[in-house]
Amino acid sequence: MIASHGTRLREKHKKMAMTLAFAVICLIYIMPVALVLLNSFKANAYVNTETFKLPTSESFVGFRNYIKGMTFGNYPFLKAAFYSFVITVASSALVLLCTSMAAWYISRVGSAFCKMVYYLCVFSMVVPFQMVMFTLAKTADTLNLNTPWTIPVIYLGFGAGLSVFMFCGFVKSIPVEIEEAAMIDGCNPLQTFFKVVLPIMKPTYISVGILEVMWIWNDYLLPYLVLDRTKYMTIPILIQYLKGSYGTVDLGATMALILLTILPVIIVYIFCQKYIIKGVAAGAVKG
Amino acid sequence: MKIFRPRHDPASLNSKLIRRPLRRMAWIFLLPTFAAFCVGFLYPFFKGMFLSFCKFKVTSIWTWVGFTNYVKAFGDASFSHAFWYTAMFALVSLLFINVLAFSVAYALTRGIKGSNLFRTVFFMPNLIGGIVLGYIWSMILDGILIRYGTSLVLETKYGFWGLIILMCWQQVGYMMIIYIAGLQAIPNDYLEAARIDGAGSWKTLWHMIIPNMMPSITICTFLTLTNSFKLFDQNLALTDGRPFLQPAGGSVIKTTEMLALNIYNAFYSGGGNNRGVGQAKAVVFFILVAAIGLIQLKSTRKKEVQQ
Repeated sequence: MIASHGTRLREKHKKMAMTLAFAVICLIYIMPVALVLLNSFKANAYVNTETFKLPTSESFVGFRNYIKGMTFGNYPFLKAAFYSFVITVASSALVLLCTSMAAWYISRVGSAFCKMVYYLCVFSMVVPFQMVMFTLAKTADTLNLNTPWTIPVIYLGFGAGLSVFMFCGFVKSIPVEIEEAAMIDGCNPLQTFFKVVLPIMKPTYISVGILEVMWIWNDYLLPYLVLDRTKYMTIPILIQYLKGSYGTVDLGATMALILLTILPVIIVYIFCQKYIIKGVAAGAVKG
Repeated sequence: MKIFRPRHDPASLNSKLIRRPLRRMAWIFLLPTFAAFCVGFLYPFFKGMFLSFCKFKVTSIWTWVGFTNYVKAFGDASFSHAFWYTAMFALVSLLFINVLAFSVAYALTRGIKGSNLFRTVFFMPNLIGGIVLGYIWSMILDGILIRYGTSLVLETKYGFWGLIILMCWQQVGYMMIIYIAGLQAIPNDYLEAARIDGAGSWKTLWHMIIPNMMPSITICTFLTLTNSFKLFDQNLALTDGRPFLQPAGGSVIKTTEMLALNIYNAFYSGGGNNRGVGQAKAVVFFILVAAIGLIQLKSTRKKEVQQ
């Protein structure tokens, strides 16, 4: 079917209008982040009353909110950021390494016990955290897993389900002949795994890694209950502590902290958005 | 998005060449994950199951009370209020998020300029954690409501719609990605054929696109449903259950409190005297969420068979 010149022109105009409309919608969509930025430069009293106005000479406080935010609530923000970083990196690395090895073992050995472990993992994906939170916190306490250096074990345990599930799905698509060839050439299982299987699974590592990092970085309740809060706080815990229970709250300083929290995430997102969107979408199976 | 379908080839699982030496290394491949899984999931899960039948303050000291906790949980007005509030919220957010996400995905696959940039922007809020999201929106919504001399925590309906707006902002981008993948998977021949047969764009949408999108629609429906049911951080940060209601002679009802927060409060407020009831509530909650998950699994399987 050949469209006439007129229809094609109309079609073009329609698309232009759509682009314009979406540009406006997108501007509105990033407004909340822009508002956080704007209000992080205002004095406390003005955040609530002049939320949508640009800072005036009266309300503008420069970087004072950021400086105040650093030691807000008698807990240094950078310390919380450091613990958040340590927990996220260590836990994600541990989860990726251990669950991928376990998934390979489960898929290649395929014994009754392996199948049982696999189905338990699938089962754990539908269990909400509230079901285990009290007993889990107690268990972690007893076993001294309540520091940023040991909490990765808890993340490995509670988060194993999804990543074992995703890795198993991928291992089943790897032709076993490749691994057999490596074994015949004299590799032991460890060498086969690290030299042959791991490189093939790279895309799954990226997907699972992004899911784990996003989950752990933003997680509030698990570290809140498991960590020894007098010593260790992560960023979400600190922000909730400031807003939730810390008496009079300086809204300007809170906004400064929130901006510092989301800025690195947004910067990373801008550079790796392709992988992030793909990785998150791959996790949609978790339900 | 590529939904993964494992290739079921029993032969690929039974390579003796690999299985034998691998088995000897179980302690290094399987044991770390399995041990952590026991500590981080299995033991707490079964202990929690057991404790839901006990009266306890700490996990080591308990007395068996049978089904008393469950009876108390079902008789708790705040729990049933939280259930209906959550169900209502789940339904409304399900409708809003999916309709919006589908519309955006549909528009962004029409080949307009800048689609990729728009997609990136819509997805962005997904990366922000629930606690932070809650405080961003409480600032914005309070900034609006203060002009009318009121506040987010003063009326239940503000808290309800505020949370809907927040969840839409966060999740439309995510669901949009799934819908875009679904839309792109529809073969162009189908749409061409519909056009040649003289179907307008509405007819094409209704009779061609939506029926072919059913798998994506099912996934998104259940994702939004479980997300709403399990919602905790956003609920805590935005309103924390306020405003509270004190009916004559009854216990306090936190009117914007959802199920997860209600369970949390049963554990950690009131001096820990209600932990047994809290654990029973958690078991009920688990069964509810698991049931939704099972129905999802069944319905997606059925769709696969039909195709």
